[in-house]
Amino acid sequence: MSTNSQDRVEMFRTMVRIREFEERVKRTFAEHPGVIRGHTHLADGAEASIVGSIAAIRPGDQVMATYRCHGYPIALGTDTTAMLAEIYGRSNGLCGGYGGSMHLADPERGFLGTSGIVGQSIPQATGAAYAAQIRRAGDVVLCFFGDGASKQGAFHESLNIASLWKLPIVFVMENNSYSVSVRVEQEDANAAAGEPLATKAKAYSMPGVTIDGGDPDVVYETVAEAVSRARAGEGPTLVESLVYRLSAHGNSIAPPGVPLHYPEHEAVTVFGDVAEYEAAKRGDPVPRFRGALVTGGVLDAARADAIVAEAADEMQRAVDGALAGPEPEPADALRFVHA
Amino acid sequence: MAREITYIAAIMEGIHQEMSRDEDVLLIGQSVGGSPEDPFVAAFGPDRVRVTPISETAEIGMAAGAALAGKRPVVDCTMAEFLLVAMDQVVNEANRFHYMSGGRVTAPLVLKAGYGFTAGWAGQHTGSIYGMFMGVPGLKVALPSTPADAKGLMATAIRDDNPVLFLHHYLLTLETGDVPEGEHLVPFGQAAIVRPGTDVTLVATGWTVHRALEAAEELAADGVSVEVIDPRTIAPLDVDTVLASVERTGRLVLVDQATRHASVSAIIAAEVAEAGFASLRAPIVQVTALDAPIAYSKPMEDFVLPDVAKIVAGVRRAVDVTLPHDAATAVR
Repeated sequence: MSTNSQDRVEMFRTMVRIREFEERVKRTFAEHPGVIRGHTHLADGAEASIVGSIAAIRPGDQVMATYRCHGYPIALGTDTTAMLAEIYGRSNGLCGGYGGSMHLADPERGFLGTSGIVGQSIPQATGAAYAAQIRRAGDVVLCFFGDGASKQGAFHESLNIASLWKLPIVFVMENNSYSVSVRVEQEDANAAAGEPLATKAKAYSMPGVTIDGGDPDVVYETVAEAVSRARAGEGPTLVESLVYRLSAHGNSIAPPGVPLHYPEHEAVTVFGDVAEYEAAKRGDPVPRFRGALVTGGVLDAARADAIVAEAADEMQRAVDGALAGPEPEPADALRFVHA
Repeated sequence: MAREITYIAAIMEGIHQEMSRDEDVLLIGQSVGGSPEDPFVAAFGPDRVRVTPISETAEIGMAAGAALAGKRPVVDCTMAEFLLVAMDQVVNEANRFHYMSGGRVTAPLVLKAGYGFTAGWAGQHTGSIYGMFMGVPGLKVALPSTPADAKGLMATAIRDDNPVLFLHHYLLTLETGDVPEGEHLVPFGQAAIVRPGTDVTLVATGWTVHRALEAAEELAADGVSVEVIDPRTIAPLDVDTVLASVERTGRLVLVDQATRHASVSAIIAAEVAEAGFASLRAPIVQVTALDAPIAYSKPMEDFVLPDVAKIVAGVRRAVDVTLPHDAATAVR
């Protein structure tokens, strides 16, 4: 399986749009202090993994993810103004200001939602795959989570059942080497032994593969094959997609009164490992894929610049539209408690 | 000697001093001991201070096992909601071992977790969920509202031979206050009268203690004398101090950041209605969070939470029962 030139340009466009969106979220902390509350987690660095994965599914398929959730809906076609308005807590937000950054959902596009608790969306995605199996329409579920979540019982219980029942699901573990500020070698037995985390798949008799999550072509090919297996009733796959988040785990965790901002990556702030972080920046998947497309003659530099400029314009409109959105009515807090 | 330090520093000082005093005290969790410069690792070494994977069931279950084997583990569980991932280990295991063994074993452990982060943390990281733990047999629950109590209750929790849930309020993290240096123990089951008064008894926990004090100050200007009580631990719960106060004031207002039917206030109201009915000169008033999850957006977040204005309105109603029952302070 491979993508054609037009698909690859669209993958690049979506990667750029996610990056521009996340840059605007980050800039909001400086340019509009107080507009974003609580905790916000960015996907910069994981664009190739997100876009390559979602390029491998079709309408009717579904996606569940974690609180680091801005990239998936963009790849699924969700309106970025509605997303940013949600992150700004406005009533024109994707979820009316009820959920915020950590709890985006867009069920019409197959994005069933997220959990703010590590690992807990994995059984939920497995349940969605169970529903897909008995719906018999050939739909597949993509379940995104981080390396840290694979230390949860929920992960192990879900992989066992998914394999046992041959559920149509692909588990995409975005391994960014850090559980917040703890390095993967400090908290994962496979990593400590020098083995890939995809080794865990063996325990549940499903294929496990470790790939370069910075290359959207590789991600697409791998996930597409896993999706085909799932659609054919052959069961789940664990894809360990190696990524590097280019921002800190989240913005600074501070009680009210303390200004919020994005600190530096934990490699620098906790471990003093500037070299690791600089190397990751040099491997940034967005310029890397642009280089591959330009070198390969798929995209010329002027067209690539135009894609970046269009994304910047779109995200400026998103910021403007989100800032212009009204705050919710206070008493609306009591809506939606029950369906 | 006391000096002014933050609430969070006081908690960590309490743990540090107990670890210095008793080498059986351990500290584990997802955010402790991970960095090369961690002060607890530096002081106590990697045998006693360990970073864990994100594995709550294993962290708390292992703490129970280590406690059975003679250690006194403190598990930094980060956020109260993360306890829910390991609910069996929190409410159905260590807390029952002493009883089920006919007193032959003990499981002394402390689960430290923050709660009530109503600062835009939305639906899954903001809950005031202490109410669901206060009726669990064998489990003690501390809710410090000041830096001094935070240190003293932590030290007591570590020395206690039972599992203790030590819940610190996130909005108090950087609040400062006088904290005694050296050994400082605050007994469990002993409420503090944080402001004496004669007209109304006002009971609050955690962050709402400070809102209650602000309300009392505002009401004092109008000649209403409010006594503010902080139970400090909700299991055990010092009902006697509340009853004695109500005997003097005849009026009771309860403030709680939890949703009404999962609140400490509902339990205290029931206790006072049963044992202190003769003292009451007005219906008990509860000022609780409304029955909804916490929204991300600030106007909706504010709407469901108790605040100074709602507390003042609740006290005024206790003083003058002809005032209307405010829907914002008493929604069922």
